[in-house]
Amino acid sequence: MNSPHAALLMRDLALARGGGAGLGVVFFLAVVTLIPFAVGPDLALLRRIGPAILWLGALLATLLGLDRLLQADHEDGSLDLIALAPAGLETMVATKILAHWVTTGLPLVIAAPAFGVMLDLPPSALGRVALALVLGTPAMASLGAVGAALTIGLRRGGLLVPVLILPLAVPVLIFGVSASGDGAEANGALSVLAGLALGYAVLGPFSAAAALRALRD
Amino acid sequence: MGLISAVSSLANPARFSAFATKVLPWLAGLSAALVALGFYLALFVAPADYQQGETVRIMFLHVPSAWLGMMAYVIMAIGSVGVLVWRHPLADVSAKAAAPLGAAFTFLALATGSLWGKPMWGTWWVWDARLTSFLILFLMYLGLMALRSAMEEPSRAAKACAILTLVGSVNIPIIKFSVDWWNTLHQPASVIRAGRPTMDPSILTPLLVCAIAFTVLFVTLHLAGMRTELVRRRLRTLRIATASAALAPEPAE
Repeated sequence: MNSPHAALLMRDLALARGGGAGLGVVFFLAVVTLIPFAVGPDLALLRRIGPAILWLGALLATLLGLDRLLQADHEDGSLDLIALAPAGLETMVATKILAHWVTTGLPLVIAAPAFGVMLDLPPSALGRVALALVLGTPAMASLGAVGAALTIGLRRGGLLVPVLILPLAVPVLIFGVSASGDGAEANGALSVLAGLALGYAVLGPFSAAAALRALRD
Repeated sequence: MGLISAVSSLANPARFSAFATKVLPWLAGLSAALVALGFYLALFVAPADYQQGETVRIMFLHVPSAWLGMMAYVIMAIGSVGVLVWRHPLADVSAKAAAPLGAAFTFLALATGSLWGKPMWGTWWVWDARLTSFLILFLMYLGLMALRSAMEEPSRAAKACAILTLVGSVNIPIIKFSVDWWNTLHQPASVIRAGRPTMDPSILTPLLVCAIAFTVLFVTLHLAGMRTELVRRRLRTLRIATASAALAPEPAE
């Protein structure tokens, strides 16, 4: 456990155990609860738009949790230590994204099938939504890391990150919701979603690290 | 050789300002004349479409706006590379001045598209692939402008906006592709997508004139915006210098 990445991962996971990780799931539940109030309790309609509701809830929960991804480290100075670590900043940022996803994204994936039951989704759809979210939430976290890095130290960062990142998250949302359906189209969408996740897993850490470097001096 | 050194000498902000001041009245006059000519051709010379009637004339405003809405992003992306690679002061000024222009032309394209859609599709808004892509582009412009206004120091804002612009430019083709895919998945087949016939010269010529007129207008506004931004930065530097001179103790002679 001497590598800087492992140390960072262990530290972030230990910090997350201190609490706060469940808040994203509560927010997710709140969004899923609100939508039937808005569109009416018609189960047929909810079943039809269920995957879309779950995706929107997960997307918003991911984006709103991003202010903790780098901001806390910026405030207490750990970010400077991370930048000084004997490892590339890109991979260190990737490690932070991974830790952030394990503590905030993975709980959303696990909670999604349970919330899907409330929306009367059939069992097969529950599995597919969870599968699509497993691929989609890391993609959104990677994209979101760029927004978190760009707005670091800004007082108005909270609202700014979703404004910056939501337009960029459109492809993930489109293919994610399509991949949650069934049929040949959904399989194709799932492959595209996997491709997007891989692409953003590269683009996100690199851009976020570039932003951190540019804004540090 | 003479041209290259003439262009590269403009990289100096002061020389650029002087050049912009000299050229702007001519460009403004040229764009006014071209826009007048373009609108005259579009409104009086071009024939009404046999299917769409007079509403087709919106196209002469809509298409050039859309084209400039996209060109502004290309200019911003080039400027962003200039900021990050060469750290050139004018590159960021150019990117900053292009953002509101791009947002304005994108909005114009959306608004004219919506006005065109009312008689053609019967509603103000259709979640058509092109309109939707443009709406996302519009949101990206607004996000970039918001990020810039949230940062006080121009050099920090320059780098942050440059990175976001480049991330956006990697994403734009992906967004465009995914919106097209989404549209074909959801759109009922009844959408008016009559195979566009090759454009008749009687319509193509006014459209080209309008496109050139709008491009010249864009260049004029962009130059004016860049000059204003240079003045604004100079003012900021002067203000900081004055404030720090007032605060600092008198230097011992």
